[in-house]
Formats: sequence, C-alpha cells, structure tokens
Amino acid sequence: MADQLAIGSRRGLRPALPLLLPAYLWLTVAIFLPLSAMAFFSFMTDLPLAGKEWTFTLGNYAAFFSQSLYSTLLFASLRLGLEVTLWCVVIGYPAAYVLAKVLKGRSREAIFLLVILPFWSNGLVRIFSWAMVLREGGILDTALNAVLPFKINIDLMYSYPAVIIGLVHSYVPYMVLTCYLTLQAIDDSLIEAGRSLGASRRQVLWRVIIPLSMPGLIAGAALIFVPVVGSFMEPRILGGRTGTFYGTVIEDQFVAVFNWPLGAALSFILLAVVLIILALAAPVLRRAG
Amino acid sequence: MAGVQVANVSRSFGAHKALDDVSIDFADGGFYALLGPSGSGKTTLLRQIAGFDFPDSGRIAIGGESVERVPVEKRRIGMVFQNYALFPNMSVADNVAFGLSVRGEPKATIAMEVQRALDLVQLGKLGARKPHQLSGGQRQRVALARAIVTKPRVLLLDEPLGALDKALRVDMQIELKRIQREIGITTIFVTHDQEEALTMSDRIGILRDGRLVQEGPPEEIYDRPQSEFAATFLGDANIFRGDATGSGIKLPDGTTIAASTGASVPAGAKASCAVRPERIQISTGAAKPDPANANTLKGQVSKRIFAGNNSTYFVDRDGQTLKVIVQNTGAERLAEGEPVVLSWSPDSTVLIAAA
Repeated sequence: MADQLAIGSRRGLRPALPLLLPAYLWLTVAIFLPLSAMAFFSFMTDLPLAGKEWTFTLGNYAAFFSQSLYSTLLFASLRLGLEVTLWCVVIGYPAAYVLAKVLKGRSREAIFLLVILPFWSNGLVRIFSWAMVLREGGILDTALNAVLPFKINIDLMYSYPAVIIGLVHSYVPYMVLTCYLTLQAIDDSLIEAGRSLGASRRQVLWRVIIPLSMPGLIAGAALIFVPVVGSFMEPRILGGRTGTFYGTVIEDQFVAVFNWPLGAALSFILLAVVLIILALAAPVLRRAG
Repeated sequence: MAGVQVANVSRSFGAHKALDDVSIDFADGGFYALLGPSGSGKTTLLRQIAGFDFPDSGRIAIGGESVERVPVEKRRIGMVFQNYALFPNMSVADNVAFGLSVRGEPKATIAMEVQRALDLVQLGKLGARKPHQLSGGQRQRVALARAIVTKPRVLLLDEPLGALDKALRVDMQIELKRIQREIGITTIFVTHDQEEALTMSDRIGILRDGRLVQEGPPEEIYDRPQSEFAATFLGDANIFRGDATGSGIKLPDGTTIAASTGASVPAGAKASCAVRPERIQISTGAAKPDPANANTLKGQVSKRIFAGNNSTYFVDRDGQTLKVIVQNTGAERLAEGEPVVLSWSPDSTVLIAAA
C-alpha cells in the first residue's frame, strides 16, 4: 500500500516538472536574484559604482535603531496600513455581499466591472485624477459649493485623508474580490436555515455569514496591508509634506539620496516587521476563520 | 403545535404562475406530503408556509394566526433543507443550539435541550463533531434535531431524504415517522417520490403546474384518483379513454368497460377509466376468469419483466400497451407473444371525467 502510494506520487511529480519549471525559473530570476542582491547591498557601506571604496557593515541596520525617525515613520506606516485595510473592509465587504448575494445576471456583471475598473487604469493616472478632485477649487470643492447654499472650502489635497482616500481607492478591489469569492461559496440555504431558526438578518450576518467569509476577509486584509505599509506613490503625490512615510523614505534612498544600502536595509526591516505581524496574527485569525 | 391553513394562495414569478389559487388545510399533528413533479409548485408552497416568500394573494395561517406577511424568523417554524444546510463552521451541538442561542436562552437550558434533541435523533454522543465528519444520514438527523429543538409550531421538510441512498432512505423514513409521532408536530413534507409519500403520510396533496390536483389520505387517492394525472403520478395505472355510458365507458372500437367507482359522468360525455395493474387478472384463453370480473379484453403479451416477488406483463391490445402486475406464486409464467385474456372487476375501475 505504502509502496503503491510512493510510486503514485513519483509518477505524479515527474510529469508535473515541465509545468512547474517555468514558474520557478521565473521566480528565481525575477525575485530571488534581485532580492539577494538587495540583501547584499544592505550590508555595504557604499554602492560599488564608479570605483568607490566599500566594506561590509551593519551600520545601515544600526541606523534604523539609532535614529528614532525611522521607527516613528514605520509606526505611522503601520497605522496607515491598518486604517486603509479597515476602510477597505468597511467599503468592500458590503459591496462584495451585494454582488454575491443580492445582484443576479447582467446587473452583477455591470457592478463587477465598476469594481475592477481601478485595476485597469494606470496607478499614476488614478492618483493625479484624485488630485484634481481633492484640491481647493477642484472638482469636489466646486461641486459642493454649487449645491450647498453656503460657502465651504474643501481642500483635502496634501493631507492625511487624501492619502487614505487614494490608497483605499487603489486597494478596495482586492477586498471586494476576495470577499466576493468566499461569500459566493456560502450556500443561500445556510442563510435561510438561520432565519428559519428565528435569527434576524443581523444575527445571521454576525453568526453565519461573517464567520464563513473570514478567509476572504483575511486574504483581502493581507493583500492590502502589506503593500500599503510600504507604499510611497500615493503618500508622496496626495500627501505632499504630510505624506512622509516609511515607504517614501525608502524611495528617497533609492532615487534621491542614492544611498541604496540604507534603502535596502530599511526595506528588509519592513519585510521582517510585516512577517512578524502576519505570524503573530495567524493563530488568532485561524481561530476566527 | 398548530395546524396550517392555506387559502386561495397564488404566486407568480413574471409570467410563470408558480401557485394558482391553492387551498389546503393541514390539521394539527398530521403528517402531510406535498407530491408533484418538478416545477409543480410544491417547493414554492412550502416556502410560502415557511415565509421565505410571500404570496401575491391569499391567506396563510399557522395555528389560526394569519402569517402571510410575517417574516420567516417570526413564524416559529422548523425547517429541514434538501442539502441539510448545516453550518459548516459550527459543531453539531452548536448547530442544534443555534435557534435557542439567537433567542437568548440561558446556557444551561440550551445545553440540556440540545442533548435531549440529539438523543431523540440518536446522535447523543456526536455533539462535538463538525458536520463534515458525519455521514449523510447523520447530517440528516442533525438537521432534524436542529429544526425541532426550538419547539416549532410546524415542521417543514424539503425533500429531506432525496440525497440519501435507498436503504438509508427507508431507515430514515421510519425514523422520521417515529420522531414525528413522538413529538406530535404538524409536519409538511415535500417530495417527488410517490412511494415515500404513500408510506409516510397521513394525507397527500398532489400538485401540478401550480394547482392542487387532489388532496386526501393515500388510500383514497390511490383507490379513487380524480384525474388521469393523479392516477398515473401516484402509482401506476392503465388508462382507457372513451365516451361515458352512465355505468362506464365505451371505447372507440365499441368495447364497453364497466366502472363502479369514481366520478359520475353524464352519458355521452368524454371520460376515461383507470385500472391499477395489480387489479387485472391475466390468463391464457383456456382458463376461466373470475366471474366477478365483468371487464374482459383480449391481447398479446409483448414483454415480461421479472422482479422477484412479482412480474410485470406488457400486453398489446389494439395499439395500446397495458400493464399487468402478477404476484409470483410459482404458477406457470406466460411467454412473450402468447395470446391472453385480461379481466378485472368494475369495482377496481375508476371513472374519471375528462379534463
């Protein structure tokens, strides 16, 4: 029996190799090699370009701990990630619920398209169009003043809320998609069973639907939280002076200061922190799911 | 516990009339089957009684109280779904506890009632399991325990045995009947399986195209069907069509068939006769038929299907194929192609007015 199984699994792997190889080859070339190079840089005193002298050092990592600015910004970025994720849940989950359980047929397809649309537009275009909406004298300001009888000044540009708005807009489709998939898999008869047992719609939501869609919520949260913590484009363009976050500092090291080793070290610290957070959250989330 | 009255209920989905003026009275404590082919409206009717959907017109009352606009969660019903609909994230005990827990019952009461319900369905030791660790029959029992633990006024079952294999289904039929008797709850049971309807229920309602075709005890519907559809859907029947004579019908070829049960149809009107295959005596030309069998027809055996305790003969007669079921008593079997005489009593012949 055990022999048969072993033969079976060997048979299963060999034909699979040609199928797996391109993916792993690509991962090696596109991710593992550059990442190793970055890891190597992060221990160097300077870039080995134009014949500059360099030695190995832990100084780049030490910089994070010696200057409170970096950890302050990391905390700000973590908070940003948390807030954006929360808003994505608040906005994305109800939308996913309506898509999966209320709409049928063509109207579902139409709404789905609207949700996916941000995915198909260029990130920079998306952000700059928000800039046009949010600035003083911009679309939002003009529209509100046209409707309201009194004069108000809406200038959200270069503020924390603007960063949140831009990021939520970019990332909410992930939440809608992951939640939609788990919600759609919940059999409608479970909802009916709950109600036939005397549970109100709200009770069914909290006791049946949300627990069963937890895997989608968790997947969506992970997909959003991790990139938002390291984001730099939205904070830089929509946040202006208030938009200094951990991600923008890393970007500065690479494109402005040309201190690649420090940027690399800061990146790896971010990676470690995110991994630790996900590892700590895993058992809690698994129980909830 | 309470009876259920459905009066003149209609419900359309677009142009499709799912229920068309259906009235049916379910007495307190009875076991009812709603029987019909798919699309007949039986599940729609059950969902109206449950409250998942509201009628366009008509009245539904549970225990004398009008409920046609009351949402499902306020109707105090218990429902068992075709796919059981157990909450996959909860243990068996938590599934059963759900209805009591949303009501805010004290924990100790819940634990006691859940145990009692699980004992009733003979799953007392499996409370800690998850639904996916149970067999189909066990899930069925959990679904039943969950539906009755809240002491509902009426128990609604939507093809609950459809997903089980035959042997298990027979066990569950007996079990379901036992539990229903034990708690004496009004039970309405949707099925497309006529055998299930016959063996389990006190009364059967047959639906077709959104209309109630006939309603009554199984014996009555079987012995005195009021339509060709009722005759052929519940059990098997040979149907003869012709003109009413006052005491039976006259077939187009002039043969008369006497009928002494069923509707009274004025002479000359179109009518049909239904005869159950097991009521027909089949013999070779030589043997004398029973003198009480006033109806006789000649034919030829075209096929015989042996099924152990009985055999079904298909007899060709003037372009029509008749079915005859003969108990296997060890007597000589008739060969295919053999000329035979069919005979049966007018008492076994049901006269049906043409629709």
